[in-house]
Amino acid sequence: MSNYSYIVWIPLLPLLTFLLLGLFGRRYVKNFSGILGSASLLVSTVLSLLAARQYFLQDGQLNGVYQKIIAFKFTWLEFSPNVSIDISAVIDPISVMMLVVVTFVSLMVHVFSLGYMKGEERFATYYAYLGLFTFSMLGLVLSGNLFQIYMFWELVGVSSYLLIGYYYYKPSAVAASKKAFIVTRFADLGFLIGILVLAFYGQTLDISMLIERLTSTQSAEFTGITTAGFLGVSMLTWGLSLVFIGGAGKSAMFPLHIWLPDAMEGPTPVSALIHAATMVVAGVYLVARLFPIFSVDGVSLQLVTYVGAFSALLAAIIACTQTDIKRVLAYSTMSQIGYMMFALGVSKQGGESGLGYMASMFHLFTHAFFKSLLFLGAGAVIHLVHSNDMKDMGGLRKLMPVTHIAFLVGCLAIAGVPPFAGFFSKEEILLAAFHSNKLIFGVALFTAALTSFYMFRLYFSIFWNKEAAHHPHDHGEGTFSMKFPLVILAICAVVVGFVPFAHFVTSDGVALETHMDLGFSAVPVGLSLLAILLASVMYRVANDKPDKVAGTMGGLYKAASRKFYMDELYLFITKKIIFPLVGQPIAWIDKNIVDGLMNWLAAVTAKISELIKGLQSGKVQNYALYFFGGVAALGVLFIYIWK
Amino acid sequence: MVTEFFILLKQELVITAIVFLLLFLKLGKDRSNESVLTIVNVLLFVNLAAGFFGNQEGTIFNDMFRTNSLIVFEKNILNLAFWLISLQSYAWLRTHKHVIEFYLLLLTSLLGMFFMISSGNLLMFYLGLEMSTIPLAAAANFDLAKRQSSEAAMKLIISSAFSSGLLLFGISLVYGVSGTLLFNEIPAHLSADPLHILAFILFFSGIAFKISAVPFHLWTADVYEGAPVAVTSFLSVVSKGAVLFVLVPILYRAFQPLAGTWYNILFVLALATIIIGNLFAIRQNNLKRFLAFSSIAQVGFILVGVSAGSPAGMASVVFFILVYVFSNLAAFGVISLVSALAGKENVTDYKGFYTTNPFLSWILTIALFSLAGVPPAAGFFGKFFLLIAGAARGNYWLISIAALNMVVSFYYYLRVVKAIFMDSNEQPISRITVPVLPKLSLYICLVGIILTGLASFVYDYIYSLSYGL
Repeated sequence: MSNYSYIVWIPLLPLLTFLLLGLFGRRYVKNFSGILGSASLLVSTVLSLLAARQYFLQDGQLNGVYQKIIAFKFTWLEFSPNVSIDISAVIDPISVMMLVVVTFVSLMVHVFSLGYMKGEERFATYYAYLGLFTFSMLGLVLSGNLFQIYMFWELVGVSSYLLIGYYYYKPSAVAASKKAFIVTRFADLGFLIGILVLAFYGQTLDISMLIERLTSTQSAEFTGITTAGFLGVSMLTWGLSLVFIGGAGKSAMFPLHIWLPDAMEGPTPVSALIHAATMVVAGVYLVARLFPIFSVDGVSLQLVTYVGAFSALLAAIIACTQTDIKRVLAYSTMSQIGYMMFALGVSKQGGESGLGYMASMFHLFTHAFFKSLLFLGAGAVIHLVHSNDMKDMGGLRKLMPVTHIAFLVGCLAIAGVPPFAGFFSKEEILLAAFHSNKLIFGVALFTAALTSFYMFRLYFSIFWNKEAAHHPHDHGEGTFSMKFPLVILAICAVVVGFVPFAHFVTSDGVALETHMDLGFSAVPVGLSLLAILLASVMYRVANDKPDKVAGTMGGLYKAASRKFYMDELYLFITKKIIFPLVGQPIAWIDKNIVDGLMNWLAAVTAKISELIKGLQSGKVQNYALYFFGGVAALGVLFIYIWK
Repeated sequence: MVTEFFILLKQELVITAIVFLLLFLKLGKDRSNESVLTIVNVLLFVNLAAGFFGNQEGTIFNDMFRTNSLIVFEKNILNLAFWLISLQSYAWLRTHKHVIEFYLLLLTSLLGMFFMISSGNLLMFYLGLEMSTIPLAAAANFDLAKRQSSEAAMKLIISSAFSSGLLLFGISLVYGVSGTLLFNEIPAHLSADPLHILAFILFFSGIAFKISAVPFHLWTADVYEGAPVAVTSFLSVVSKGAVLFVLVPILYRAFQPLAGTWYNILFVLALATIIIGNLFAIRQNNLKRFLAFSSIAQVGFILVGVSAGSPAGMASVVFFILVYVFSNLAAFGVISLVSALAGKENVTDYKGFYTTNPFLSWILTIALFSLAGVPPAAGFFGKFFLLIAGAARGNYWLISIAALNMVVSFYYYLRVVKAIFMDSNEQPISRITVPVLPKLSLYICLVGIILTGLASFVYDYIYSLSYGL
């Protein structure tokens, strides 16, 4: 085994940036801070790529199986002789893959922000937070110990809180950051209890050891955790489900997704970072990390599957009704993360049946590139238009050619059009679902079509639709530092699909042979293309420009001279049936029932607190009454009732 | 024999010596408050430092008084807390007319606590407890110009009288059924008989009053709000800590035969305390009242750790109290400075506090995060250890509800942080110049909050001591 100790620097560099900029940024290196942050992250990215090269191509394999390598480890806290908390850095296929994704996307965001955040008063603070965020995520990725994961997990939460609330003078931003923090913390609680349950029965916090003990049916720990139960469910299922709740909170799975749309209040590059590489994929990563344990427990795996599939569908439907471009992208993230989740859910450990696991990680990988591309593109658009609303946009393709092309590439990638990146990973997911659960496959297919529809609705509304309005502060497309990341990411969104991912990242470390089945791919790709066509008919041109319909795609309808009826039909189906009967009710339920339930809980708590306030009267004689009453109650309870 | 006597009683003797020194100081020529405060704080530091050297284990007075490494460590925690409080009250005492009396009262109370912690006999325990309570009631009255302060003192002394009555009744019943008051001998005579259970309930109610567990908590908010901040912090940190330190060995040793009963009682009280404390804390606008209720909820968490009934439970309680000293005193330190120098005590007054006082804002925020249990602040580790120790009993209801309440508590701690950082205010509290001594104490608290959690040897050390019980 060769030496991997240099990977320690990958998370440490952003941390150093954070400390440096946090302590001195505002006073000394104000304008220099962006360059400093980007430079240090560039080094991290290069190191990650080196680590990936070394691991995947040189010495990661032993007899054809990728090994888990502990780069370094020290015992930090010995809680009891069995359970100790280590700080370690673990190298295995998924952690190396994540290192590359996180550093690369974060680097792009850093560079993009040089232009986007220029002139902000708290420029240095912004870069400090970005450093902290990146550090937390990298630490999380490298963790080999559940407790260490939890620590970094919380740090991710804290730093996202800081970044979402960056515009702290905007009340909506403050409310959003608070919401994100509290909702995810609520979920983290499940995670914490889940950790305690797993650690208690597994008698260790070390992940490899936990996996070893809780997956072998012979071990005493396994017998212990499967025979013990609470409310009729085994402790293994409890532990895993609770851990999954933690993951679902960070990954914005239904019903814990309510923070995600609001989190758009942060600066747009931050959304790119949250959605593409850091916070929301943390949940998927967590499930993948513990996947061997999940794979022995059918019940919790089903939970992962159905929650993932339902979230994917729900988010796609909601995305069709949104007009805020960042919100459309936010729901699309939720939908894609749902894909990754159910792909894990339908997978099994090892061999051919581990296809879902590979597909999930592959989709995580490709998604990171095209989603950050889409968000940064949206950022560039917002930078120009000074609005998030589609209605204020249109016809921007001439004003911002680079962004236009980049955004189009992103849309094609997420829609799963070959040969763009999303196609490859989505095909694998659909294939995995097809072989394991037809219902999930159906949902996935329908969601895929919806995805194409709403993404192209977005694309056409921004870049086509109508003539560009005159924008008063016309500073063009943005600086070079903004265009450069878009170009790089667009190139990635085209090429990363060709990475032979199945050779590198699989559930058991053994390379998996995958083959494209053209017959199988025809259906989803066909559906996607149809959906794109539909979007183009509906949104490509505004109604006052009918002659434009005669252009490329609209010609098809004119030729069939059915254009009018088709148009009406589509409009009728979507506007009169899908939107009001499906989309809006779901959006309504989401807003009133799911959100409302949370508000209701808060209101009830406040109400009870109001009611019992009367106890605190300020009169000592009343206190004495309660005091002796308490003694009497305890006496009666424990002497007569509960012996 | 005589040297052993001096060594075992060393910490008590040092405090007694300081009390006498202060009396002479009072009799001597008039000194300015500043010089008196400097002398006292140096003496208290010496007192703290002396606790770390030349300790021995053993028992004297026919097993009535005992000491061991864990007990010495606990006394050091209390010494540290008292020194920090003293540093923090500098701004308030500087202009006070009766500085020396104030210290005499609190030192006497501390001395009582030391005897209580070291007690090996219920009578010694009771004497120590009373000795620690009565001077506190007088000290609560020390904001001489404020009527609220007198009211607080009055409420404290009257409610204490109730609790002492019950406690004494419980002790006498224990004596009645067992014929002994020594912790070592009581277990042999106890069983789960109704009379024994009643004796325990009476005894425990008295203790529950001191640590303000629900439903014996009602005095807390009024007293905390009315008393001077220094006394409030003493009550909430030192006084509670001392009683909890002694509660654990009494439960684990003297009342071992009733372990099933006290576990159930702790279960009920811990839940009630956490829930009620949280529900009240949500609505408070006065920061002192807010901290009073939040500290009630914290005691509920400590009871979860106590219920473990194992060395890990003991260690988690001691560790949590150490963390709690730093976190709570950092919060009280900032509040007392603001209260003394700007006269503001409400959450709404703190809006926009960050714009004028960034240093104090950060300290208060970190303290609140630690109290709420957000990693990597020490408070998180404290709560984690309490819960994991409690979880070993396999009662998931208790653990789940306790953990759920951590989230609720998060909401109200965050509310204060939000006021400090995010709410805008036309007239924020003006800039406060922090005197040197309070600043020192805030720095110590800050370092404590960060280090006790991250430096693993602290917990390891306490854990190694806890086998000695």
